[in-house]
Amino acid sequence: MLKIKNLHVSTESNISILKGLNLEINKGEVHAIMGPNGSGKSTLASIVAGDPKYMITSGEITFNGKSLTDLEPEERSSMGLFLSFQYPVEIPGISLNNFIKTALNQKQKALNEKPFSAKEILEKIKKNAEILKIDLDFIKRSVNVGFSGGEKKRAEIFQMLMLQPQLSILDETDSGLDIDALKIVAKGVNSLRNNNSSFIIITHYQRLLDHIQPDFVHVLNEGKIIKSGGSDIAKMLEEKGYDWI
Amino acid sequence: MATEKNKTLKEITKNKYQYGFVTKIESEKFEPGLNENTIKLISAKRNEPSWMLDYRMKAYSALQKMTPPNWANLKIKPIDLQKIIYYSAPKKPKYNSLDEVDPELLKTFNKLGISIDEQKKIAGVAIDVVVDSVSVATTFQDTLKKLGIIFCSMSEAIENHSELVKKHLGSVVPYTDNYFSALNAAVFTDGSFCFIPKGVRCPMELSTYFRINEAGTGQFERTLIVAEEDSYVSYLEGCTAPMRDENQLHAAVVELVAMKSSEIKYSTVQNWFPGDENGVGGVYNFVTKRGICLDSAKISWTQIETGSAITWKYPSCVLKGNNSVGEFFSVAVTNNFQQADTGTKMIHLGKNTKSTIISKGVCAGKSNGSYRGLVKISKSADNARNFSQCDSLLLGQTCGAHTFPYIESSNKSSIVEHEATTSKISDDQLFYCKQRGIPEEEAIGLIVNGYCKDVLKKLPMEFAVEAQKLLEISLEGSVG
Repeated sequence: MLKIKNLHVSTESNISILKGLNLEINKGEVHAIMGPNGSGKSTLASIVAGDPKYMITSGEITFNGKSLTDLEPEERSSMGLFLSFQYPVEIPGISLNNFIKTALNQKQKALNEKPFSAKEILEKIKKNAEILKIDLDFIKRSVNVGFSGGEKKRAEIFQMLMLQPQLSILDETDSGLDIDALKIVAKGVNSLRNNNSSFIIITHYQRLLDHIQPDFVHVLNEGKIIKSGGSDIAKMLEEKGYDWI
Repeated sequence: MATEKNKTLKEITKNKYQYGFVTKIESEKFEPGLNENTIKLISAKRNEPSWMLDYRMKAYSALQKMTPPNWANLKIKPIDLQKIIYYSAPKKPKYNSLDEVDPELLKTFNKLGISIDEQKKIAGVAIDVVVDSVSVATTFQDTLKKLGIIFCSMSEAIENHSELVKKHLGSVVPYTDNYFSALNAAVFTDGSFCFIPKGVRCPMELSTYFRINEAGTGQFERTLIVAEEDSYVSYLEGCTAPMRDENQLHAAVVELVAMKSSEIKYSTVQNWFPGDENGVGGVYNFVTKRGICLDSAKISWTQIETGSAITWKYPSCVLKGNNSVGEFFSVAVTNNFQQADTGTKMIHLGKNTKSTIISKGVCAGKSNGSYRGLVKISKSADNARNFSQCDSLLLGQTCGAHTFPYIESSNKSSIVEHEATTSKISDDQLFYCKQRGIPEEEAIGLIVNGYCKDVLKKLPMEFAVEAQKLLEISLEGSVG
């Protein structure tokens, strides 16, 4: 599904961050990416989603066989790519409800499908709000404006469930969550988990992985994956820290 | 990213005015030019009583001693009053039903998406349609009549309700007020009149669509709304104009009289032709709008200004009565070479008077938008309160937003608050929207729409959809 080959990425101001990263994710797999601060985890998430703040200097990213390099973020989105932001952005005056409706129907448009009816959307909203224990009043609030850290992350997962992406990248979605919120977020992810949807879970902590069992764990350091393996790696890291590698 | 955004903005800026078409209706009109004879002719054409002609002549002589105002932050080519046609009316002026209305005209409304048919279906909206200068269709009259509400064209009002008009015309905006109010008083040909009797709550939104239609015809609308004690009315005004190369002068006067404990809500969507992407053509919109509030009365102005090459407009409230309330909610969008200098005046005279100002400016292209507002607290206005918020949103690098707030307070017990912000759409906001599958253009529309929310939500339901549509058109189909 996602293939990253020898990827080198720099910032706008030419600071090199990813230095030859390789990663392959197949349908239905969950990959966890761990690594110390500044190792390039968020850059990886951003470059896959198409954040214009980062530039590919060499290497390639393909998604379902198609190169992502020249595609706009919205094109990547309509192909089924989703990023749960580490720092979700505020959009004053636009309700989460209105925002997700617009997003859903833009996606339909991009796929040449007819727009969802108000009723269809409402049914989706109700179903997903229930999974995430979100109050319907919450959905009427402006996107991320005045949301607590936990509410922001829950709103990201809500959008993910609404959009039913093929590949979801969760960039430190667990940071700042209490244990109850963490369980709810994990429940949301697990409800989407099936043979067709894949996940990249970027995290510092083992505790999210207790609730979302990854198929693979990778350790990123200085812009490269330095170790890959099963979920036991995460447990070792939790106990011994990155020096262990 | 930056270049990409500029590209989209360039596309947005290139957006053509979608309401540019001319309705082919045979019309009767004067030769261009303004003199005493023109005014006599206008008055005679309309079978006006002699007091009306006297009033016009006084206004004309006042006009001759005045010069156009030059204090606004606007670059304007001189206006030659002698090149303007002052009277133009469809040949067959009155219709009893829609069937009699010129099919060409109905087509126009259909193109605009505001057909009378459609409008009639929207529950409770009565429309007094003004094409050029004479009203051609009025609906829902019977319902209004039963309540004693008068809602008719200004010509009919002068004919049938002469005393009421005579009493209030010019009482809020005298012809001596400014150059354009003098011009309007001298040559106005039509407009709307609305009277709500004591204790009556008008059960429907009253609405008028103005439309400039004759090449080179300036429109001089005159609107007068009188709300008697304990009454309520919500009035909607919407404008679109066909594409023109030459500038068209529009100098309207709107007067609101809110008697004791009454409330007038006046909403405007203004979308006159803004000129093309090179700044050629477009309507010059010089409007004087003012209301007076007696004890415990309330006047609320809401405006969505997206059109016109030049907008010069300051809907104001004179808070004369104790405990009276004035409100001003405004969205002004400028694009290409448009210039807008708009705002309000809140004149606090009575005790415990309150005013609220919320102004949202959106500037794109090479346009300039200015907020100009005066909050004046007079000596007598004990415990007066004002809150003003003036926000500007800039799209691109080549536009300008300016704020000129004036505060004059002569009473120590008053509280005046002013907040102002200037912002741009952030790259992070755009990326967030795009990641969710919303393309840049739609994302900009969405963000602008959200930014204007505080004002848009003040509009009556019937207007909210149209207002969003106009924002969309002004910023290239970007509002979803």
